[in-house]
Amino acid sequence: MKANPVERLINGIVKENPTFVLMLGMCPTLAVTTSAINGAGMGLSTTAVLMFSNLIISALRNIIPDRVRIPGYIVVIASLVTIVQFLLEGYVPAVNAALGLYIPLIVVNCIILGRAESFAAKNGPIVSFFDGLGMGLGFTIALTLIGACRELLGAGQIFGQQIMPASYEPITIFILAPGAFFVLACLVAIQNKIKMKKPESKIAQVSGGCGDCSNCGNSACGSRSFFDTTVDDK
Amino acid sequence: MKDLLLIAIGSALVNNVVLSQFLGLCPFLGVSKKVETAGGMGAAVIFVITIASAVTNLVYTFILIPTKLEYLQTIVFILVIAALVQFVELVLKKSMPSLYEALGVYLPLITTNCAVLGVALTNVQNSYDFITSVVNGVGISVGFTIAIVILAGIRERMEHNNIPESFKGMPITLVTAGLMAIAFFGFSGII
Repeated sequence: MKANPVERLINGIVKENPTFVLMLGMCPTLAVTTSAINGAGMGLSTTAVLMFSNLIISALRNIIPDRVRIPGYIVVIASLVTIVQFLLEGYVPAVNAALGLYIPLIVVNCIILGRAESFAAKNGPIVSFFDGLGMGLGFTIALTLIGACRELLGAGQIFGQQIMPASYEPITIFILAPGAFFVLACLVAIQNKIKMKKPESKIAQVSGGCGDCSNCGNSACGSRSFFDTTVDDK
Repeated sequence: MKDLLLIAIGSALVNNVVLSQFLGLCPFLGVSKKVETAGGMGAAVIFVITIASAVTNLVYTFILIPTKLEYLQTIVFILVIAALVQFVELVLKKSMPSLYEALGVYLPLITTNCAVLGVALTNVQNSYDFITSVVNGVGISVGFTIAIVILAGIRERMEHNNIPESFKGMPITLVTAGLMAIAFFGFSGII
């Protein structure tokens, strides 16, 4: 695969958008998108972790032994997440308070381990860095979009700015838990609809959904044993 | 005793881990096509979360606090959980092959279930003691099992229904989960 930084960026944002196309990282997607600003905050934190985890893992890809690579990746990712958590706590305490528990949980976001395993472990540091940036931005855009939809319907605002006329009665359910499911369901359905219109599109309907996430579990995070004993030494 | 019961019910039903806190969504949406597999996943989750909340609590109290390394909690917990899952798998394989057969495929997937890490971190955040942590862990994982089994039941029923083309698969599952979340709001009255 010929990979250059620009191509990687576009790939992450459009072609393999982690949320809408790959359906990875559902937990933060639904949990923190009660408003556009929270979605953006979560997306950017994940982007930061993703860029540097890809960079570091790619730089260390020839040093980390194959058998213990998954624990190795997890340590790198968890350290970066801890750093991000402290930075947020120090500089933007409001965002940190809003995202709360979900910041440390970036560690178990399938996107990061998935990219480490499927891209950074096979490519050079610079390209991997941009791959992380592209994926992260794709994730950020998706989260901000979902957050904006929910904030608009649930509070009549976007980024705290009043958009809807004062006569609009906010549908509070959209900023509560069930609304997250409904908004994502509608966005995926719209996407399916668009895909069905052009049958030449190679990507099939997003049916597996988080089944794909368990694929991620299969390929990167889970099924393969934590201390991989099956891989031959190279 | 009363407090423990309240915590258990609160984390199982009122603040259901999947439907109101969005932890462990991947297995919730991914492994809920059949009631049987959903039950297996649920059992594996109960098993792992209970042990994990006990072990992480001990690690935090007896290793991280005395050495003043509390800020390493995320790294330490995820490694403890991952190693624990691996260890549980090995022990089950040797000593209880039948249980291993039943839970086998689901165990490795649990490492990436953010509910496990989520429970460990909530326990620390709320500074629960050992027993409360375990009770909270059991409550949360039972809540997960209830939710995933119900969703699997509904999805089995929906299989032959006439669903609009673009809503097939993921979207209708998400809508179902949303309706379940509304239903679970009903529990908020009991505490």
